[in-house]
Amino acid sequence: MEIVCPAGTPASLRAAVKAGAHTVYCGFADETNARNFPGLNFDREEMRAGVAFAHGHGAKVLVAINTFPRAGSEPLWHRAIADAESAGADAVILADLGLLAHAAKHHPGLRCHLSVQAAAANADVINFYASTFGVRRVVLPRVLSVPEIAAINAETEVETEVFVFGGLCVMAEGRCSLSSYATGQSPNMHGVCSPASHVEYHDDKGALSAKLGGYTIHRVGAREPAPYPTLCKGCFQASGTKGHLFEDPVSLNAETLIPQLAKAGVTALKIEGRQRSRSYVAQVVRNFRAAVDAQAAGSPMPEGMLASLTEGQAATAGAYKKTWR
Amino acid sequence: MELTVGPNQFFWKPEDWSASYEALATAPVARIVLGELVCSKRLPFYQNRIPAAIEMLRAAGKDVVVTSLALITLKRERKLAAELAEAGVEVEINDLSMLAYLPTETPFSVGPLVNVYNEGTLAWLAARGATSICLPPELPLEQVRALARLGRDLGVAIEVWGHGRVPLAISGRCYHARLHGRTKDNCQFACEDDPDGLDVATLEGQKFLAMNGVQTLSDSFACADHQIETLQQAGVSRLRLSPQSGDFAAICALYRARVDGKADRGTVAAALRLTHPDIRLSDGFLTGASGAAWSGGRAES
Repeated sequence: MEIVCPAGTPASLRAAVKAGAHTVYCGFADETNARNFPGLNFDREEMRAGVAFAHGHGAKVLVAINTFPRAGSEPLWHRAIADAESAGADAVILADLGLLAHAAKHHPGLRCHLSVQAAAANADVINFYASTFGVRRVVLPRVLSVPEIAAINAETEVETEVFVFGGLCVMAEGRCSLSSYATGQSPNMHGVCSPASHVEYHDDKGALSAKLGGYTIHRVGAREPAPYPTLCKGCFQASGTKGHLFEDPVSLNAETLIPQLAKAGVTALKIEGRQRSRSYVAQVVRNFRAAVDAQAAGSPMPEGMLASLTEGQAATAGAYKKTWR
Repeated sequence: MELTVGPNQFFWKPEDWSASYEALATAPVARIVLGELVCSKRLPFYQNRIPAAIEMLRAAGKDVVVTSLALITLKRERKLAAELAEAGVEVEINDLSMLAYLPTETPFSVGPLVNVYNEGTLAWLAARGATSICLPPELPLEQVRALARLGRDLGVAIEVWGHGRVPLAISGRCYHARLHGRTKDNCQFACEDDPDGLDVATLEGQKFLAMNGVQTLSDSFACADHQIETLQQAGVSRLRLSPQSGDFAAICALYRARVDGKADRGTVAAALRLTHPDIRLSDGFLTGASGAAWSGGRAES
C-alpha cells in the first residue's frame, strides 16, 4: 500500500520523502487549501522545487486545492490548479463541483483526486465523480467502517485512500460549519477550523478555561494538561450530563487495522498533519512505512509504536470500528 | 419573494408530523419541502404518511418537493435514494449522491446541505438541471449577492436560510445515542424526545448548540428579519423557514407580512421574543462576525 504523507513546509516535504513516504501532499500558501495556517504551505517556487526533490527520490506530490472557492474569487483557485500542473504535481486534490468541472475541461491531462472535503460516502457517488469528471482516486470520509470500505471497493474502479493517523474529524468533512458559527472562520471557506486567532485562555480560581469565539470549549485544573480547544472535541453539557458529547480529545490511530484495510482493497493510507513539525512527520512516516512494508512482506505488524505521538496520549480507531457510531 | 418551508429536521411522532402539514396547508407559504433529511432510521415511522401529505398540500395549492437524506452511506439508503429519483415528484438533493440516480433530463432543487459556494458550481448544477438552489447557511451576504446575480441570469431561483435552528454538521455518529450510552445501531430512537433538538450548553451554562441524532444544529434560531430588503434587492427569490414545534404556521405568517412589506424591520424578531422568550436569535452568517451573532439585539431590548 502507498503511504500519503503531510508536508506543511518544504523542510517537512524533504523529511517525509527521506523517511520513506511514497507520496506527499501539500498546498499553496493561501485559502485554496484546507490547512491555511500562518507560516505554513508553499509558494510557487517552493512547490516547483519540492516536486523536483520528491521526483528525484522516486516520490509523488499531490497538491490539495480542497476548499470551496469564494464567489467572485474563483480565479485564485483556477490559478492554483494551473500552477500545480506546471510545477509537475502528480495530481490535484479537489472537493468543489465547479473546480472539478473546471479541471476536467481545462486540465484534462492532470490527474484528479477527490478530497475528503467532498465527503463521498458511497460507491454510487464515487462512480458519478469518476464518470463525470474523470476522478481517479477518492479520499474517503471518516464516517465509514472497514466492511463498508471493502464494499465500496468491490463496486468501484476508483482508487480509495483512507486516513490512518492524526487529527480526526467527527463530522462529515466539508459539511461542517461549527467553526464559522463560533468564529466566522470555516474549513470550507477559509481553510481553517477552530482558529488560534479566536482562542482565549482564562484562569478562573485555579481552573483554566479554553474559549473559542467566546464559548468555553473545556476547563481543566491548573495542573492538568490543557488540550487545544477544537470545537467538536470540547466538553459540554446536555440534559444534565457533562462530558465530551461529540468526541473525546482523541486522535485517529488505525495502524493495527492496516491488514484489514489492505484486505478491503484500499490503495493508499493517509496521514493527517500538515501543521505538524518535520520531526513528527518523519517519525510517523518511518513507522507507517515499516508497517506497510511488513504488511507487503507478510511479516507481523509492529504495534503501539506511535502511541506517544497521538494527541493528548489517547487514540481511537474512529468510524472504522462500527461501535464508534 | 416566496416562502419555502424546509424539511422537518427533527423526529416527531407520526400524528404530530401529519398535523404539522395539515396546519401548513393554509399557511401563507408557496413551497413545502418534506421527507427525511437527517436519519434513515426515522423514516419507517412515517413514510406511509408522505404520499397523503403530498396530495393534501398539492390540493391546497402548494408546490411540494421531497428531500433526499443529507448523508447517504448504507445500501438501503442508496436504494431509497434511487427510488426517490424515480418517484415522479420534484426532489431536493441534500447529498450529491442523488446526482448518480436522477435522470439527466429531470429538473431538481438543491438544498442547503449541498456545497454551492461559487459561480462555477452554480453554473454546473444549473446545466445539470437545477431550477432552485437554497444556498449553504454559512454564506455571507456579499457572496449571496454574487450568486443571486448569476442565478437570475441562468434562470435558477436562489433561496436563503431565513428562519430556524441552523444545520451546522452531519456525522456518522449519533450524539443522542452517545449521550444515552448507546450506539447508533442500537439508538432506541433517543432523539424522539426532543422535537426541536436537545440544547447543548458550555460548562458555564452558555447556550451554544443543539443535537439532533447524527446532526448538530445551532442553539440559536436564525432570523433574517433585518436582512429582508437587502436580500430582495440582491435578487434572492425565496426565503427558507425551517419547521419547529408549536404554532409554526403563525411564524410563517410573520415572515409573509414582512416580505410583503406589511410589517417593519424588527417586527418578526419582536413577535418571536414574545411567543418564544427562551430562544436566542441569530443572523450572523449573513451579516455578522460569526454565525451566532445577532444584529438586532439592541433594537428590541
